[in-house]
Amino acid sequence: MPAPHGGKLVRRIDSSKSIEGMDRVEVSRDMAHDIENIANGVFSPLEGFMCSEDFESVLHHMRLANDVPWTIPIVFDFEDGFKEGDEVALVAENGMEAIFSIEEIYTYNKKEYAEKVFKTTDVAHPGVKKVMEMKEKLAGGKITLIKEGNEEFNKYYLKPYETRILFKEKGWRDIVAFQTRNVPHIGHEYVQKTALTFVDGIFINPIVGKKKKGDFKDEVILKAYDALIKHYYLKDRAVLAILKTEMRYAGPREAIFHAIVRKNFGCTHFIVGRDHAGVGNYYGPYEAHDIFNEFPDLGITPIFFRSFFYCKKCGGVVNEKICPHDKEHHIYYSGTKIREMLQRGETPPEIMMRREVAEIIMSYDNPFVE
Amino acid sequence: MSEEKKEEKGKYTTVSIPTPLAEKIKKRIEGTGFNSISSYVTYVLRELLASMEEEEQEEVFSKEDEEKIKERLRALGYLD
Repeated sequence: MPAPHGGKLVRRIDSSKSIEGMDRVEVSRDMAHDIENIANGVFSPLEGFMCSEDFESVLHHMRLANDVPWTIPIVFDFEDGFKEGDEVALVAENGMEAIFSIEEIYTYNKKEYAEKVFKTTDVAHPGVKKVMEMKEKLAGGKITLIKEGNEEFNKYYLKPYETRILFKEKGWRDIVAFQTRNVPHIGHEYVQKTALTFVDGIFINPIVGKKKKGDFKDEVILKAYDALIKHYYLKDRAVLAILKTEMRYAGPREAIFHAIVRKNFGCTHFIVGRDHAGVGNYYGPYEAHDIFNEFPDLGITPIFFRSFFYCKKCGGVVNEKICPHDKEHHIYYSGTKIREMLQRGETPPEIMMRREVAEIIMSYDNPFVE
Repeated sequence: MSEEKKEEKGKYTTVSIPTPLAEKIKKRIEGTGFNSISSYVTYVLRELLASMEEEEQEEVFSKEDEEKIKERLRALGYLD
Protein backbone atom coordinates (compact mmCIF):
# COMPACT_ATOMS: atom_id res chain seq x y z
CA MET A 1 0.00 0.00 0.00
CA PRO A 2 1.43 3.43 -0.84
CA ALA A 3 2.49 5.76 1.95
CA PRO A 4 0.08 8.69 2.26
CA HIS A 5 0.93 11.67 0.07
CA GLY A 6 3.71 13.69 1.68
CA GLY A 7 4.53 10.75 3.97
CA LYS A 8 1.96 11.13 6.74
CA LEU A 9 -1.79 10.65 6.97
CA VAL A 10 -3.18 13.84 8.48
CA ARG A 11 -5.75 13.53 11.29
CA ARG A 12 -6.78 16.84 12.74
CA ILE A 13 -9.84 15.94 14.79
CA ASP A 14 -10.41 16.94 18.41
CA SER A 15 -13.95 16.48 19.66
CA SER A 16 -12.93 17.60 23.16
CA LYS A 17 -12.53 21.21 21.98
CA SER A 18 -15.39 23.70 21.86
CA ILE A 19 -16.25 26.70 19.73
CA GLU A 20 -18.19 28.37 22.50
CA GLY A 21 -17.45 32.08 22.76
CA MET A 22 -15.58 32.18 19.45
CA ASP A 23 -16.49 34.32 16.43
CA ARG A 24 -18.45 32.11 14.05
CA VAL A 25 -18.29 32.04 10.29
CA GLU A 26 -20.87 30.09 8.33
CA VAL A 27 -19.29 28.18 5.45
CA SER A 28 -20.85 26.54 2.40
CA ARG A 29 -21.49 22.81 2.13
CA ASP A 30 -18.56 22.46 -0.28
CA MET A 31 -16.22 24.31 2.06
CA ALA A 32 -17.43 22.12 4.96
CA HIS A 33 -16.57 19.05 2.89
CA ASP A 34 -13.08 20.31 2.23
CA ILE A 35 -12.57 21.07 5.93
CA GLU A 36 -13.50 17.46 6.69
CA ASN A 37 -11.24 16.28 3.88
CA ILE A 38 -8.30 18.13 5.39
CA ALA A 39 -9.05 16.89 8.92
CA ASN A 40 -9.59 13.28 7.86
CA GLY A 41 -6.44 13.07 5.74
CA VAL A 42 -8.15 12.91 2.34
CA PHE A 43 -6.07 15.95 1.39
CA SER A 44 -2.86 14.82 3.17
CA PRO A 45 -0.37 16.40 3.60
CA LEU A 46 -2.49 19.58 3.91
CA GLU A 47 -3.26 20.45 7.52
CA GLY A 48 -5.32 23.50 6.74
CA PHE A 49 -6.04 26.13 4.12
CA MET A 50 -3.02 27.12 2.08
CA CYS A 51 -0.81 30.03 3.07
CA SER A 52 0.62 32.21 0.30
CA GLU A 53 3.85 30.25 -0.18
CA ASP A 54 1.98 27.02 -0.93
CA PHE A 55 -0.70 28.83 -2.93
CA GLU A 56 1.83 30.53 -5.22
CA SER A 57 3.87 27.37 -5.57
CA VAL A 58 0.77 25.36 -6.53
CA LEU A 59 -0.24 27.95 -9.11
CA HIS A 60 3.16 28.24 -10.74
CA HIS A 61 4.82 24.85 -10.17
CA MET A 62 1.94 22.45 -9.41
CA ARG A 63 3.74 21.59 -6.18
CA LEU A 64 3.54 22.65 -2.56
CA ALA A 65 6.36 24.86 -1.31
CA ASN A 66 8.14 21.71 -0.04
CA ASP A 67 8.13 20.21 -3.57
CA VAL A 68 5.36 17.68 -2.92
CA PRO A 69 3.08 17.46 -6.01
CA TRP A 70 -0.20 19.36 -5.61
CA THR A 71 -2.20 20.98 -8.39
CA ILE A 72 -5.39 22.53 -7.00
CA PRO A 73 -5.42 25.44 -4.52
CA ILE A 74 -7.32 24.66 -1.32
CA VAL A 75 -8.06 28.13 0.01
CA PHE A 76 -10.33 30.07 2.32
CA ASP A 77 -11.64 33.34 0.86
CA PHE A 78 -13.18 36.12 2.92
CA GLU A 79 -13.99 39.82 2.84
CA ASP A 80 -12.99 41.29 6.18
CA GLY A 81 -13.17 40.81 9.92
CA PHE A 82 -10.17 38.58 10.66
CA LYS A 83 -6.55 39.20 11.47
CA GLU A 84 -3.52 36.96 11.59
CA GLY A 85 -3.37 35.04 14.88
CA ASP A 86 -7.17 34.85 15.24
CA GLU A 87 -8.91 31.57 16.00
CA VAL A 88 -12.36 31.46 14.44
CA ALA A 89 -15.10 28.88 14.47
CA LEU A 90 -16.18 27.58 11.08
CA VAL A 91 -19.70 26.18 11.10
CA ALA A 92 -21.97 24.77 8.41
CA GLU A 93 -25.65 24.10 8.02
CA ASN A 94 -24.99 20.35 8.18
CA GLY A 95 -23.66 20.72 11.75
CA MET A 96 -19.94 20.68 10.90
CA GLU A 97 -17.83 22.60 13.41
CA ALA A 98 -14.13 23.39 13.14
CA ILE A 99 -11.55 25.80 14.48
CA PHE A 100 -9.49 27.75 11.97
CA SER A 101 -6.19 29.15 13.30
CA ILE A 102 -5.36 31.99 10.95
CA GLU A 103 -1.63 32.17 10.27
CA GLU A 104 -1.62 34.45 7.25
CA ILE A 105 -3.91 36.78 5.35
CA TYR A 106 -2.99 37.59 1.76
CA THR A 107 -4.36 38.90 -1.50
CA TYR A 108 -4.31 37.14 -4.85
CA ASN A 109 -4.85 37.71 -8.52
CA LYS A 110 -8.06 36.01 -9.66
CA LYS A 111 -7.16 36.15 -13.33
CA GLU A 112 -3.83 34.49 -12.70
CA TYR A 113 -5.51 31.87 -10.49
CA ALA A 114 -7.99 31.05 -13.28
CA GLU A 115 -5.41 31.09 -16.06
CA LYS A 116 -3.01 28.77 -14.20
CA VAL A 117 -5.54 26.28 -12.82
CA PHE A 118 -8.17 26.21 -15.58
CA LYS A 119 -6.02 27.37 -18.53
CA THR A 120 -8.65 29.96 -19.36
CA THR A 121 -10.16 33.13 -17.96
CA ASP A 122 -13.47 32.55 -19.75
CA VAL A 123 -16.23 32.96 -17.16
CA ALA A 124 -18.34 30.45 -19.07
CA HIS A 125 -16.02 27.86 -17.48
CA PRO A 126 -17.66 26.88 -14.15
CA GLY A 127 -14.34 26.84 -12.27
CA VAL A 128 -13.35 30.27 -13.56
CA LYS A 129 -16.78 31.64 -12.70
CA LYS A 130 -16.39 30.42 -9.14
CA VAL A 131 -12.92 31.98 -8.79
CA MET A 132 -14.17 35.30 -10.14
CA GLU A 133 -16.98 35.25 -7.58
CA MET A 134 -14.60 34.54 -4.67
CA LYS A 135 -13.99 37.19 -2.04
CA GLU A 136 -10.95 39.42 -2.25
CA LYS A 137 -8.68 38.02 0.46
CA LEU A 138 -7.42 34.57 1.36
CA ALA A 139 -6.60 33.27 4.83
CA GLY A 140 -4.23 30.37 5.43
CA GLY A 141 -3.72 28.25 8.52
CA LYS A 142 -4.43 24.94 10.21
CA ILE A 143 -7.90 23.65 10.93
CA THR A 144 -9.10 21.33 13.66
CA LEU A 145 -12.36 19.48 13.12
CA ILE A 146 -14.57 19.30 16.19
CA LYS A 147 -17.76 17.88 14.77
CA GLU A 148 -18.47 16.24 11.43
CA GLY A 149 -21.45 17.31 9.40
CA ASN A 150 -24.46 15.05 9.41
CA GLU A 151 -25.46 14.30 5.85
CA GLU A 152 -27.17 11.81 3.62
CA PHE A 153 -24.95 9.14 2.08
CA ASN A 154 -22.88 8.86 5.29
CA LYS A 155 -23.07 5.09 5.00
CA TYR A 156 -20.94 5.43 1.86
CA TYR A 157 -18.49 7.82 3.51
CA LEU A 158 -15.15 6.24 4.34
CA LYS A 159 -12.02 8.02 5.49
CA PRO A 160 -8.50 7.13 4.35
CA TYR A 161 -7.59 5.48 7.66
CA GLU A 162 -10.70 3.32 7.25
CA THR A 163 -10.13 2.34 3.63
CA ARG A 164 -6.52 1.48 4.40
CA ILE A 165 -7.66 -0.98 7.06
CA LEU A 166 -10.49 -2.22 4.84
CA PHE A 167 -8.11 -3.00 1.96
CA LYS A 168 -5.71 -4.75 4.34
CA GLU A 169 -8.54 -6.86 5.77
CA LYS A 170 -9.63 -7.82 2.29
CA GLY A 171 -6.07 -8.85 1.50
CA TRP A 172 -5.80 -6.34 -1.34
CA ARG A 173 -2.28 -5.14 -2.16
CA ASP A 174 -2.89 -3.56 -5.55
CA ILE A 175 -5.98 -1.41 -5.67
CA VAL A 176 -7.23 0.59 -8.62
CA ALA A 177 -9.35 3.68 -8.03
CA PHE A 178 -12.10 4.81 -10.36
CA GLN A 179 -13.25 8.41 -10.16
CA THR A 180 -16.72 9.18 -11.44
CA ARG A 181 -19.46 11.77 -11.51
CA ASN A 182 -21.77 9.75 -13.73
CA VAL A 183 -24.03 6.75 -13.71
CA PRO A 184 -22.25 3.70 -15.13
CA HIS A 185 -22.71 2.62 -18.73
CA ILE A 186 -21.16 -0.44 -20.33
CA GLY A 187 -18.09 1.53 -21.42
CA HIS A 188 -17.34 2.45 -17.78
CA GLU A 189 -17.84 -1.14 -16.70
CA TYR A 190 -15.34 -2.40 -19.25
CA VAL A 191 -12.75 0.16 -18.23
CA GLN A 192 -13.18 -0.83 -14.59
CA LYS A 193 -13.12 -4.57 -15.25
CA THR A 194 -10.16 -4.37 -17.59
CA ALA A 195 -8.17 -2.61 -14.88
CA LEU A 196 -9.52 -4.92 -12.19
CA THR A 197 -8.18 -7.94 -14.08
CA PHE A 198 -4.64 -6.88 -13.17
CA VAL A 199 -5.12 -5.83 -9.53
CA ASP A 200 -6.73 -7.21 -6.37
CA GLY A 201 -9.65 -4.85 -6.03
CA ILE A 202 -11.38 -1.75 -7.37
CA PHE A 203 -12.30 1.31 -5.32
CA ILE A 204 -15.22 3.01 -7.06
CA ASN A 205 -15.26 6.52 -5.67
CA PRO A 206 -18.00 8.83 -7.02
CA ILE A 207 -17.77 12.51 -6.25
CA VAL A 208 -20.61 13.85 -4.16
CA GLY A 209 -20.92 17.62 -4.06
CA LYS A 210 -21.76 20.57 -6.22
CA LYS A 211 -22.07 19.63 -9.87
CA LYS A 212 -23.30 21.43 -12.90
CA LYS A 213 -26.84 21.54 -14.24
CA GLY A 214 -27.69 18.40 -16.17
CA ASP A 215 -25.31 16.11 -14.23
CA PHE A 216 -26.87 13.10 -12.54
CA LYS A 217 -27.98 13.59 -8.93
CA ASP A 218 -25.69 12.02 -6.32
CA GLU A 219 -28.36 9.64 -5.06
CA VAL A 220 -29.01 8.34 -8.58
CA ILE A 221 -25.30 7.68 -9.17
CA LEU A 222 -24.93 5.76 -5.91
CA LYS A 223 -28.04 3.65 -6.42
CA ALA A 224 -27.02 2.93 -10.01
CA TYR A 225 -23.60 1.74 -8.85
CA ASP A 226 -25.12 -0.33 -6.06
CA ALA A 227 -27.19 -2.11 -8.71
CA LEU A 228 -24.22 -2.62 -11.02
CA ILE A 229 -22.00 -4.02 -8.26
CA LYS A 230 -24.74 -6.25 -6.89
CA HIS A 231 -25.46 -7.87 -10.24
CA TYR A 232 -22.16 -7.75 -12.12
CA TYR A 233 -19.18 -7.63 -9.71
CA LEU A 234 -17.67 -10.11 -7.30
CA LYS A 235 -18.51 -8.93 -3.80
CA ASP A 236 -14.93 -9.18 -2.60
CA ARG A 237 -13.43 -7.30 -5.51
CA ALA A 238 -15.24 -3.96 -5.44
CA VAL A 239 -15.75 -1.25 -2.83
CA LEU A 240 -18.10 1.70 -3.39
CA ALA A 241 -17.54 4.81 -1.27
CA ILE A 242 -18.04 8.50 -1.87
CA LEU A 243 -15.63 11.40 -2.07
CA LYS A 244 -17.24 14.55 -0.71
CA THR A 245 -15.78 17.38 -2.71
CA GLU A 246 -16.93 19.61 -5.50
CA MET A 247 -15.94 19.12 -9.12
CA ARG A 248 -13.55 21.88 -10.15
CA TYR A 249 -13.58 20.99 -13.87
CA ALA A 250 -9.84 21.75 -13.99
CA GLY A 251 -9.13 18.91 -16.46
CA PRO A 252 -5.46 17.81 -16.32
CA ARG A 253 -4.67 19.51 -13.01
CA GLU A 254 -7.73 17.95 -11.44
CA ALA A 255 -6.70 14.50 -12.71
CA ILE A 256 -3.49 14.80 -10.67
CA PHE A 257 -5.48 16.05 -7.67
CA HIS A 258 -7.91 13.13 -7.98
CA ALA A 259 -5.00 10.68 -8.15
CA ILE A 260 -3.38 12.15 -5.00
CA VAL A 261 -6.64 11.85 -3.07
CA ARG A 262 -6.99 8.19 -4.06
CA LYS A 263 -3.39 7.53 -3.05
CA ASN A 264 -4.34 8.79 0.40
CA PHE A 265 -7.19 6.27 0.48
CA GLY A 266 -4.54 3.58 -0.08
CA CYS A 267 -4.93 2.98 -3.82
CA THR A 268 -1.92 1.99 -5.92
CA HIS A 269 -3.42 2.73 -9.34
CA PHE A 270 -5.74 5.36 -10.74
CA ILE A 271 -7.82 5.15 -13.91
CA VAL A 272 -7.61 8.22 -16.13
CA GLY A 273 -10.08 8.27 -18.97
CA ARG A 274 -10.75 10.58 -21.87
CA ASP A 275 -11.14 14.27 -20.95
CA HIS A 276 -10.87 13.55 -17.24
CA ALA A 277 -12.55 16.31 -15.16
CA GLY A 278 -13.04 18.32 -18.32
CA VAL A 279 -15.87 20.59 -19.33
CA GLY A 280 -16.77 21.99 -22.74
CA ASN A 281 -13.77 22.12 -25.07
CA TYR A 282 -11.30 23.75 -22.69
CA TYR A 283 -8.91 20.77 -22.63
CA GLY A 284 -7.62 18.33 -25.21
CA PRO A 285 -9.16 14.84 -24.90
CA TYR A 286 -5.92 13.31 -23.56
CA GLU A 287 -4.30 16.30 -21.83
CA ALA A 288 -5.15 14.67 -18.52
CA HIS A 289 -2.98 11.69 -19.56
CA ASP A 290 0.03 13.77 -20.64
CA ILE A 291 0.27 15.77 -17.43
CA PHE A 292 1.26 12.65 -15.48
CA ASN A 293 4.63 12.75 -17.29
CA GLU A 294 5.51 15.77 -15.18
CA PHE A 295 5.14 13.88 -11.89
CA PRO A 296 7.61 11.02 -11.49
CA ASP A 297 7.15 11.33 -7.74
CA LEU A 298 3.35 11.09 -7.56
CA GLY A 299 3.39 7.71 -5.79
CA ILE A 300 0.31 6.31 -7.56
CA THR A 301 0.37 4.71 -10.99
CA PRO A 302 -2.02 6.11 -13.59
CA ILE A 303 -3.75 3.67 -15.93
CA PHE A 304 -4.71 5.43 -19.11
CA PHE A 305 -7.74 4.39 -21.08
CA ARG A 306 -9.07 5.50 -24.38
CA SER A 307 -12.78 5.07 -24.91
CA PHE A 308 -14.40 1.68 -25.24
CA PHE A 309 -17.15 1.13 -27.79
CA TYR A 310 -19.32 -1.67 -29.09
CA CYS A 311 -18.26 -3.18 -32.41
CA LYS A 312 -21.01 -4.94 -34.34
CA LYS A 313 -18.45 -6.95 -36.32
CA CYS A 314 -16.43 -8.03 -33.27
CA GLY A 315 -19.71 -8.67 -31.48
CA GLY A 316 -18.48 -7.13 -28.24
CA VAL A 317 -17.02 -4.22 -26.36
CA VAL A 318 -13.62 -3.20 -27.70
CA ASN A 319 -11.35 -0.20 -28.04
CA GLU A 320 -9.29 1.24 -30.86
CA LYS A 321 -6.23 -0.78 -29.86
CA ILE A 322 -7.92 -4.12 -30.36
CA CYS A 323 -10.61 -3.59 -33.00
CA PRO A 324 -9.59 -3.61 -36.68
CA HIS A 325 -13.02 -2.59 -38.08
CA ASP A 326 -14.23 0.69 -39.53
CA LYS A 327 -16.19 3.26 -37.57
CA GLU A 328 -19.43 2.36 -39.36
CA HIS A 329 -19.52 -0.83 -37.27
CA HIS A 330 -19.07 0.97 -33.97
CA ILE A 331 -21.60 2.16 -31.41
CA TYR A 332 -20.11 4.74 -29.05
CA TYR A 333 -21.00 5.12 -25.39
CA SER A 334 -21.93 8.75 -25.43
CA GLY A 335 -23.00 10.00 -22.01
CA THR A 336 -24.93 12.78 -23.72
CA LYS A 337 -26.83 10.34 -25.97
CA ILE A 338 -27.69 8.09 -23.02
CA ARG A 339 -28.84 11.13 -21.03
CA GLU A 340 -31.05 12.27 -23.92
CA MET A 341 -32.62 8.82 -24.22
CA LEU A 342 -33.33 8.73 -20.50
CA GLN A 343 -34.82 12.23 -20.65
CA ARG A 344 -37.19 11.04 -23.39
CA GLY A 345 -38.19 8.11 -21.17
CA GLU A 346 -36.49 5.57 -23.47
CA THR A 347 -34.56 2.66 -21.97
CA PRO A 348 -31.03 2.58 -23.40
CA PRO A 349 -30.26 -0.71 -25.21
CA GLU A 350 -28.43 -3.35 -23.18
CA ILE A 351 -25.28 -2.96 -25.25
CA MET A 352 -25.09 0.56 -23.80
CA MET A 353 -26.38 0.23 -20.25
CA ARG A 354 -27.24 -2.64 -17.93
CA ARG A 355 -30.99 -3.10 -17.56
CA GLU A 356 -30.75 -2.98 -13.75
CA VAL A 357 -28.91 0.36 -13.92
CA ALA A 358 -31.36 1.87 -16.42
CA GLU A 359 -34.32 0.78 -14.27
CA ILE A 360 -32.88 2.58 -11.24
CA ILE A 361 -32.36 5.81 -13.19
CA MET A 362 -35.80 5.65 -14.79
CA SER A 363 -37.45 5.15 -11.42
CA TYR A 364 -36.70 8.84 -10.72
CA ASP A 365 -39.02 11.59 -11.99
CA ASN A 366 -35.97 13.77 -12.54
CA PRO A 367 -32.56 12.10 -12.10
CA PHE A 368 -30.66 15.27 -13.10
CA VAL A 369 -29.29 18.26 -11.22
CA GLU A 370 -31.45 21.32 -11.94
CA MET B 1 9.30 28.50 -18.35
CA SER B 2 12.28 30.83 -18.73
CA GLU B 3 15.03 30.80 -16.10
CA GLU B 4 14.14 34.37 -15.22
CA LYS B 5 10.51 33.48 -14.64
CA LYS B 6 11.55 30.54 -12.45
CA GLU B 7 13.69 32.83 -10.30
CA GLU B 8 10.77 35.14 -9.94
CA LYS B 9 8.17 32.55 -8.95
CA GLY B 10 10.08 29.85 -7.13
CA LYS B 11 13.13 28.94 -5.16
CA TYR B 12 15.99 27.37 -7.04
CA THR B 13 19.55 26.53 -6.11
CA THR B 14 22.65 25.46 -8.00
CA VAL B 15 24.07 21.95 -7.73
CA SER B 16 27.40 21.05 -9.29
CA ILE B 17 27.71 17.89 -11.36
CA PRO B 18 30.76 16.71 -13.32
CA THR B 19 31.00 18.33 -16.76
CA PRO B 20 31.17 14.97 -18.65
CA LEU B 21 27.95 13.93 -16.91
CA ALA B 22 26.31 17.20 -17.88
CA GLU B 23 27.41 16.58 -21.50
CA LYS B 24 25.95 13.07 -21.43
CA ILE B 25 22.65 14.43 -20.11
CA LYS B 26 22.63 17.15 -22.75
CA LYS B 27 22.88 14.50 -25.47
CA ARG B 28 20.35 12.25 -23.79
CA ILE B 29 17.64 14.90 -23.62
CA GLU B 30 17.91 15.96 -27.25
CA GLY B 31 14.52 15.56 -28.89
CA THR B 32 12.75 14.77 -25.61
CA GLY B 33 10.36 16.93 -23.63
CA PHE B 34 13.15 18.06 -21.31
CA ASN B 35 14.27 21.56 -22.16
CA SER B 36 17.32 21.76 -19.90
CA ILE B 37 19.81 19.66 -17.95
CA SER B 38 18.25 21.09 -14.78
CA SER B 39 14.75 19.88 -15.65
CA TYR B 40 16.09 16.36 -16.39
CA VAL B 41 18.12 16.18 -13.18
CA THR B 42 15.12 17.45 -11.19
CA TYR B 43 12.91 14.78 -12.75
CA VAL B 44 15.33 11.94 -12.04
CA LEU B 45 15.96 13.03 -8.46
CA ARG B 46 12.26 13.38 -7.72
CA GLU B 47 11.66 9.89 -9.11
CA LEU B 48 14.50 8.43 -7.07
CA LEU B 49 13.49 10.10 -3.81
CA ALA B 50 9.86 9.08 -4.26
CA SER B 51 10.83 5.43 -4.77
CA MET B 52 12.86 5.52 -1.56
CA GLU B 53 9.98 7.09 0.39
CA GLU B 54 7.59 4.39 -0.84
CA GLU B 55 9.75 1.78 0.87
CA GLU B 56 9.38 3.49 4.22
CA GLN B 57 7.04 2.10 6.88
CA GLU B 58 3.37 2.98 6.68
CA GLU B 59 1.41 4.26 9.68
CA VAL B 60 0.47 1.61 12.20
CA PHE B 61 -2.76 1.98 14.17
CA SER B 62 -3.12 0.93 17.78
CA LYS B 63 -5.00 -2.36 18.23
CA GLU B 64 -7.87 -0.49 19.88
CA ASP B 65 -8.16 2.09 17.06
CA GLU B 66 -8.01 -0.62 14.43
CA GLU B 67 -10.74 -2.64 16.14
CA LYS B 68 -13.02 0.41 16.33
CA ILE B 69 -12.53 1.06 12.63
CA LYS B 70 -13.24 -2.57 11.77
CA GLU B 71 -16.42 -2.42 13.84
CA ARG B 72 -17.64 0.59 11.85
CA LEU B 73 -16.73 -1.13 8.58
CA ARG B 74 -18.74 -4.19 9.64
CA ALA B 75 -21.69 -2.03 10.67
CA LEU B 76 -21.69 -0.35 7.26
CA GLY B 77 -21.50 -3.70 5.48
CA TYR B 78 -17.99 -3.28 4.09
CA LEU B 79 -16.64 -6.22 6.12
CA ASP B 80 -18.32 -9.49 7.05
